[in-house]
Amino acid sequence: MGLTPVLTAHWDEPKSFDIENYQKHAGYVALTNSLKMTPDEVIGVVKDSGLRGRGGAGFPTGLKWSFVPQNDGKPHYLVVNADESEPGACKDIPLMLANPHSLVEGVAIAAYAIRANHAFIYIRGEVPHAIRRVMNAVEQAYAQGLLGKNIKNSGFDLDVVVHTGAGAYICGEETALLDSLEGRRGQPRLKPPFPAVAGLYASPTVVNNAETLASVPSIILNGADWFKSMGTEKSPGFKLFAVSGHVKRPGIYEAALGTPMSELLDYAGGMKQGRDLKFWIPGGSSVPMLTPEHIDIPMTYEDLAAAGTMLGTGTPMMFDKTTSVVKAVSRWLEFYKHESCGKCTPCREGTYWITGVLEKFEHGVGKEHELELINDICGQIAGRSFCALGDAAATPFPGAMKYFASEFEEATRKPVDVSFPPERTKIFSTVGVM
Amino acid sequence: MTLTSDNKATNTQELITATIDGIQMQVPKGTLIIRAAEKMGTFVPRFCDHPSLAPVAACRMCLVEIEGMPKPQPSCAIPLTEGMVVKTQMTSKVAEDAQAGVMEFLLINHPLDCPVCDKGGECPLQNQAMTAGRTESRFEIEKRTFPKPLELSTEILLDRERCVECARCTRFSEEIAGDPFIELLERGAKQQVGIATDEPFNSYFSGNTVQICPVGALTSSAYRFRSRPFDLVSVKTTCEHCAAGCSLRTDYRRETVMRRLAWEDPEVNEDWNCDKGRFAFGYLKTNRLTQPKVRNLDGNQIDALWPDAVDIAAAGLANAQGKVAVLLGGRLTLEDAYAYSKFARVALGTNNIDFRNRDHSEEEQQFLGSAVAGNHNSVTYKELENAQNVILVSFEPEEESPIIFLRLRKAMQKGNLKVTAIAPYLSKGLEKLNAEVVATKPGEEGKVLSGIDIVENSIILIGERAAAIPGLLSVALEVSNKTQSKISWIPRRAGERGALEAGALPALLPGARPVADASARSEVAKVWGVSNSKIPSEPGLDHSQIIKAAINGELKALIIAGLDVLDAPDPKLFSEAINAVDFVITIGVQENSLTRYANVSLPVAPVTEKSGTFINWEGRPRPFGKAIGSTNALTDARVLSMIAESMDLDFGLQIIEDLRMELSELGIWNGSKLEKPQFESKEIVDFKNDNVILSTWHQLLDEGAMQVGEEHLAGTQKSSVAYLSEETAKQNNLTTGDLVTVLNTRGSITLPLEIIEMVNKVIWIPFNSKDSKVKQSLGAKEGDIMLIEKGKV
Ligand SMILES: Cc1cc2nc3c(=O)[nH]c(=O)nc-3n(C[C@H](O)[C@H](O)[C@H](O)COP(=O)(O)O)c2cc1C
Ligand code: SF4
Ligand code: SF4
Ligand code: SF4
Ligand code: FES
Repeated sequence: MGLTPVLTAHWDEPKSFDIENYQKHAGYVALTNSLKMTPDEVIGVVKDSGLRGRGGAGFPTGLKWSFVPQNDGKPHYLVVNADESEPGACKDIPLMLANPHSLVEGVAIAAYAIRANHAFIYIRGEVPHAIRRVMNAVEQAYAQGLLGKNIKNSGFDLDVVVHTGAGAYICGEETALLDSLEGRRGQPRLKPPFPAVAGLYASPTVVNNAETLASVPSIILNGADWFKSMGTEKSPGFKLFAVSGHVKRPGIYEAALGTPMSELLDYAGGMKQGRDLKFWIPGGSSVPMLTPEHIDIPMTYEDLAAAGTMLGTGTPMMFDKTTSVVKAVSRWLEFYKHESCGKCTPCREGTYWITGVLEKFEHGVGKEHELELINDICGQIAGRSFCALGDAAATPFPGAMKYFASEFEEATRKPVDVSFPPERTKIFSTVGVM
Repeated sequence: MTLTSDNKATNTQELITATIDGIQMQVPKGTLIIRAAEKMGTFVPRFCDHPSLAPVAACRMCLVEIEGMPKPQPSCAIPLTEGMVVKTQMTSKVAEDAQAGVMEFLLINHPLDCPVCDKGGECPLQNQAMTAGRTESRFEIEKRTFPKPLELSTEILLDRERCVECARCTRFSEEIAGDPFIELLERGAKQQVGIATDEPFNSYFSGNTVQICPVGALTSSAYRFRSRPFDLVSVKTTCEHCAAGCSLRTDYRRETVMRRLAWEDPEVNEDWNCDKGRFAFGYLKTNRLTQPKVRNLDGNQIDALWPDAVDIAAAGLANAQGKVAVLLGGRLTLEDAYAYSKFARVALGTNNIDFRNRDHSEEEQQFLGSAVAGNHNSVTYKELENAQNVILVSFEPEEESPIIFLRLRKAMQKGNLKVTAIAPYLSKGLEKLNAEVVATKPGEEGKVLSGIDIVENSIILIGERAAAIPGLLSVALEVSNKTQSKISWIPRRAGERGALEAGALPALLPGARPVADASARSEVAKVWGVSNSKIPSEPGLDHSQIIKAAINGELKALIIAGLDVLDAPDPKLFSEAINAVDFVITIGVQENSLTRYANVSLPVAPVTEKSGTFINWEGRPRPFGKAIGSTNALTDARVLSMIAESMDLDFGLQIIEDLRMELSELGIWNGSKLEKPQFESKEIVDFKNDNVILSTWHQLLDEGAMQVGEEHLAGTQKSSVAYLSEETAKQNNLTTGDLVTVLNTRGSITLPLEIIEMVNKVIWIPFNSKDSKVKQSLGAKEGDIMLIEKGKV
C-alpha cells in the first residue's frame, strides 16, 4: 500500500522542528483557513473526515468536539494528552520532537472549534527533550501571533500552557490527567459528568491525544475526502505506526490505516537476525497478543477487533522465538501493578496478587492450578475495575494463554530463564540464533 | 415546651418507574440503585458508599447487573432511570460473582486481626465476608504489612493493613468537616491513608472517621482494645457537652461507659458529632462525689447520711427565709432546672435564681424573656441548611456550636448560602464556611449590624457572648424585626435553653411567664398547688446581683448547683461571696473548689445515671434515658424533693414522670412577655496605644471542667496563641513569634504572638486554654480594655 508521509514528511530535514521549516511546507495555513470558517464548520470537516482518536480508544474526534455545549457562558478547555506511557507506545514523543508545530497548529484549530481560549499540553515528565521542543514551538507560535490575543486578526484568543506530568501512567487516563492538571493526585474521576460537560475546573473540556490533534491541520488543508481516500471506511486516514521489538529497523512508519502488519514489518526490515516471529501486540501492552498467523491482518480498528484484539495506540511490538511469553506477561503485569492508582479494589489487589503468582512461574515453581487462579483473578478484574487500566491489566495473561498455554505449563517445572536464556533475547543480542 | 417546625421537603419530586430483581417500583428521580434496593429490603454489600458522602464507586463491592449494560455497574453511584431493569446479587449470577470477586480481593491483604480488633463483631467487612466471601483463601503469597498502629493524632490511630482504602475517612474530612488533614497517599498496592509531616489529624470531628470506617483500620486511642462490641450495652442518649443537642449512642459495660458514638438523627446531628461529645466522658469517673457531706461544729466537713444531710440543709434554708438565692450552672437538664425554679419559689419564697454562670446582663434577660423563651418559631437546623443568608454575631460556629458549623458548611457547599460574620477576624472555621467577615471590634457589633445591608428573610445567629456587649442584643432584635429576619440565640452549654424554659431566671417563671405578671403567677401557683401569694411578684436578683448582695452580707444562705467557680463571670468575687454567706449548700456531680466551702454538699447523678431532657438551641427537646441503672445516684430534682419534704412541703417531684407531667401541664404561656430590651450601646472611648480591646471565646477543646481525664483528646487541642493585627503589633513593637503579655489590674496572660489579618486595636486570646484562662487570670470579659506589652520568657 505504501507509506503515506504526512506528519513525518519532513522529519529528515534539518531543524524539522523549527517553525521556519514547518511554514515552508504550508505550516499554519490550515489555522488561517480555519479561522475563516465558523467553529461548527471546522467541527463538520473533522467529523466528515472520520478521524478517530489516536490515544487508544479510537473515539471519533469530530463527534467528541461536538459534545461541548455552546453558549453556556463557561470557559472551555482543550487538553492535549501527551502522557504517552503505555508499554510499547512511542509515537507522540517522536512526533513532538520532530514536528511539534503540527501539534501546536492542531491545538489552535481544535481550540477554535470547541471555543476554548485556553489549552494545556500535558506531557509525560520523563521526556524533557520533547517538552523543550514543544515549549519552543509554542513560544515561536506566540512570537508570530499564531497563539495569544486576536490570532491573525480573527478576534480569537488562545493561550497554550505546556504542563509536565510527574510520571504516572494513570495520568494518561483523561480524567486522572485533569485531576493532575488541577494539582491533585492523579486518580480517575467518576463519570458522569463527562469532561465535555464538566472537565477541567468543572468546565467543558476536550481531551485529545497529541497525534490526533497533529493530524487535524492536514485534514483542514486537504479536506475530508483526501483523508478518507486513505484507510478504510471505518478507519480512515493515516497513522503513525511505531514498530518495535525484535525487528531490524524499529521506528515510526506512517501509513494508511488498513496497511497489513506484514507490510509494516517489511518496512521495519523484518525480524532481527532472521529469527522467526513468535508473537506480537498491535498497539501497546493493553491489547491482547497475536501470532504469526495473523501477520497479514489489515491494521484497522475493525479488523483487529474481529481478531479479538485492538488497534490501541497503533504501536506494534514484535517478539521473536527467544522471548519467554511468561516473562513478557509477568513484566507487563509488574508494570500495571506499579502503575495501578490504587483507587479501586480489583485493580489494586488483583495486580498485586497476579504478579505474586506469576513470579513463581518465572522461577519455575508455579502450580498447575494457579494458572486457573490467575485466569480467575483476571476475570475478577476485567469489566469490574473503575477505569480501563484495570481492564488492561487483565488482558495480557488470558491473551497469552490462548496461544501459549504450554509455555506456562513448562514454567511449573523449569525457570523461564533456563528455557529462554535472557542474553539471547536482548534486542542487541549477538548470541546465536535458535 | 417549644416545638420546632418540621419542614420536610415538599413532595413534588418527579417519580420514575424501574425494576429491581423483578420488582417494579416508583422512586424519586435521582435515587441511587443501592438506596432503592435497600428500601425494597435488599442490602447490596458496600464499603465506600456512605449516604452522607458523595459517591466515588471505588471499592466496587456493590456491583449489580443493569440490563443493556455490558459490564456490572456500581449501584452506589448510578441513579435509577425510567424503565431501568436492575438485578442485584439476589437474582444475578453476574452481580453475585462480581461481588464475591471483590470480597476475595479485599480479604487477600487483610490481617487475621478479628480476635483483637475493636471492630470485630460490628464490622461490615466481617459481616459481608460472611455473605459474599469464600470459606477458604486462595491467596498464598506474602501479604503487605505495615508497622501498626500509625498515630494520625493523639486520639486517632490507623492500622494500615486493615484498611480497605474506601476513602470514607478522607472524604468525610474533606467534604463534611473541611479538614483535609488525612489523605490517601502513594498509589496501587502501596496506597494508604496518611497525614502530612508534623500536621496531625487535629480536626474537631476526627472521631466520626472511626465510626464510619467500615473496618477496624481507624481506632481511637481511648477505646482501643478496651472492649468488644458484643460485651457492650448501647443506649440512646443526648450529649451534655453543648447546646447542639446531638443524639449519641452510649456504650457501657459493667456500669462503665466505654465509648460514645453519634446516633443518626437527620433533623439534628445527621450522622455526625464532635470529638468533645464523643470522647470527653472521663469526667464521669474523675472526682465524683458519692457521699453527702456536712460541716460539723468544729468547721470540718464530714461524711453524712442522706437523711441527716437533708435535714441540715432544710433547717439552714428555713432559717434564711427571704435572704436566700440559687445559683445554677448551665448544664442541668430541663427537669432538674425546673425543680430548682420551683424550689426557689415554693420552698424559699424567692425569685433570686439564675442559671447564667457566665457573662450576662439584664439586657440579656429581657432578650431571652421576650424573644427566646417559649418561641414556637425558632430557627432549625433544616432552616439553616436551606438558608440563603446567615449572619453570625458574637458567634464562632466551629468552636461554640460545632453541629451548626457542619450544617452551615453543608448549606454553603450546596451553593445556596452566604455567611456573613461580624467578628474581629476570619477564623479558620469561618474560612471553611466561605464566610465574609465584617472586621469588627468587640463593642461595635451592634453598630456594624445595624449598618450593613441585610437581605430580608436572613437568619441571624447570635452567640451567648453578646450579653457582654451593652446594647448589642437590643440592636439585634431591632435589626431582626426591621429585616424580617429570624434571630436565634446560640447558648454554648447544653442546659441553658432548658433552664430558660424552666424559669430559672429572676424575672421569669416556667414557660416564658413574666414573674411580674399576676395572671402568669396565678397559673403557675395553681399547677404548683400553692397560694398566689407564695410566688413573689417582684423579679429577683440575677447572678451578679446575688454575688454582690452576698458580699454585702444581705444573704444568709446560698444554693449552688451544677457549677464551677472557674466558669463564673468573676471567679474572685464569687469566692468572696461564698465566704460571706453563712450557709452554703452545694449540689453537684464532681468535687470542685466550691465543695469545700459547703455547709452541706450533696452528690447528684451525672447524665449517664439519670433520665432527663436537654433543650437544644433550636428549642427542640432532646429527652434521654438512663444509661447506667444500678447506681444509687439521685437527680437534683429528687434531692430537692427530699429537702422540701424535710421542710414539710409537698413538692411532688420525686420521679421524672411527675416532672414531665407538671411541665406539660404548665405548657407555654401565651400572655405578655418580658419587655423587649432597649439598651444603649456604649461608645468605645479613645484609648492609648498600648491599650487594646479584648476579644476571646471558648475553643471547642480546652480546659473545660467536663474534659478532664482525657489526655488523648487534649492532645488535639489547638495551641494557645494570641492574635494581633500587623498595625497594632507594630505600634507596640511586636512581631510574630514574640511573646505578648495581656494584663489588667487583676493579672496577666502571656502567649506567643501571631500576626494575622484582623481589626486593629484588638487582641484575641483563647478563653480557657492551657495557657490562657481569661476568667481566672484576668477576671475579664470580651470588650474589656487591656494593656499589652512584650512578654518575657
Ligand atoms: C491507564 C490509561 C492510560 C492512558 N494513557 C494515555 C496516554 O498516555 N495518551 C493518550 O493520548 N491517551 C491515553 N489514554 C486514553 C485517554 O484516556 C483518552 O481516551 C485519550 O486521551 C482521548 O484522546 P483521543 O480521543 O484523541 O484518542 C489512557 C487511558 C488509560 C485508561
Ligand atoms: S482500575 Fe482502579 S486502581 Fe486501577 S488505575 Fe483505574 S481506578 Fe486506579
Ligand atoms: S481507614 Fe477506614 S475509612 Fe479510611 S480508607 Fe481505610 S478503611 Fe476506609
Ligand atoms: S456538638 Fe455539642 S452536642 Fe454534639 S457532640 Fe459535640 S458537644 Fe455534644
Ligand atoms: S460501595 Fe459502590 S463502589 Fe464502593
